[in-house]
Amino acid sequence: MKIVIPVDEKKPESSVCVSFGRAPYFMLHDTEGKTTEYIANTAAEAQGGAGLKAAQLIVDCGANVLLAPRCGQNAADVLNAAQIKIHKAEGLRTAENLAAFQEGKLTLMTQFQAGFHGRQ
Amino acid sequence: MKLAVLSGKGGTGKTFVSVNLAAAAGSATYIDCDVEEPNGRLFLKPERLTSKTVTTKQPAFDAEKCTGCRKCVDFCRFNALVYVKAKPMLFSEVCHSCGGCRLLCPSGAISETEKPVGVVECGESGGVRVVTGCMDLGEASGIPIIKAALAEASNADELTVIDCPPGSACSVMESVQSADYCLLVAESTAFGLHNFKMVYELVRLLHKPCGVVINKADGEYIALDIFCREHGIPVLCCIPYSEKLAWLGASGQIAALADSKYAKLFHSLLDDIRKEACV
Repeated sequence: MKIVIPVDEKKPESSVCVSFGRAPYFMLHDTEGKTTEYIANTAAEAQGGAGLKAAQLIVDCGANVLLAPRCGQNAADVLNAAQIKIHKAEGLRTAENLAAFQEGKLTLMTQFQAGFHGRQ
Repeated sequence: MKLAVLSGKGGTGKTFVSVNLAAAAGSATYIDCDVEEPNGRLFLKPERLTSKTVTTKQPAFDAEKCTGCRKCVDFCRFNALVYVKAKPMLFSEVCHSCGGCRLLCPSGAISETEKPVGVVECGESGGVRVVTGCMDLGEASGIPIIKAALAEASNADELTVIDCPPGSACSVMESVQSADYCLLVAESTAFGLHNFKMVYELVRLLHKPCGVVINKADGEYIALDIFCREHGIPVLCCIPYSEKLAWLGASGQIAALADSKYAKLFHSLLDDIRKEACV
């Protein structure tokens, strides 16, 4: 299973990033191979639709689960269509969240921010 | 003449000034471009209403023809398209209707459909033709409705008053673009001045001649006077705060029609604008 977490820095001790769409990096952890890699979030600088573009990135890297403090409705719709589950991260410690999820302690996210943040 | 009335800060009195100028002119077209919450019609109370639906174009995908090349997804600079489970997925409220995806698709799998986004309502109020742009609930952009409403402007020498949305963003730019003259309604407060500076910058950028109406003036506000003087912006009129005006507004009346003092004030403002616009 591949788990994705938005992170602030490209290192294991990095904190979880509070933003999904505009997180600088995504940490991709493969529970089978026990490998961890970092993907630069090319959506972070997008003028609009960052959540959608970031969700596309998550879909393309073959993830099964996203752990994040929050997530926009549009991104959630994309991940849902791709059958990627979204669980709510608790606190901002990356390793703790990864462990908590694997112990079944993180609940599915049920509330999402309104999909639209401003378009002119 | 096309006259755009704008203010930056909301609640400054754009609609108050616009409606009164149109009413004072007697024969005019009033266009409400504040499509998110058009309220000029509450005062003008237009009759014999007709309504036209405004639509925007949205891409539609033919699953049989789509080869999954993702060119459309990569092209969309608004990120309105994603590719999931071997098919493109559209987020219609993010789409800007540019049509680029359809042009780019190498297999001709994309066509365009019309999506309703609002209406333009036309009616009459005495000699004033009242055009109201109304955006549908939940829509993200009023631009297509503003464009459709502005298409109803009178071409002749007759006055068209464009009641702009608040702020200084794209919807205001769209409303102002065709104007011959911009009337900036300013409020003599620090917040009012801050946003007034932003719209002033916008009309300068668009090379539009402009003048100022200070509304709800409550004594002197030196910072606003100094700014206007330093930038050579003519202050055409100063309307002091008055309970009478507040009462007329709250009861849905038009001051220029209900009170001779205000009829005179708006006639004179109209004359000044016409003189300024000719320079």
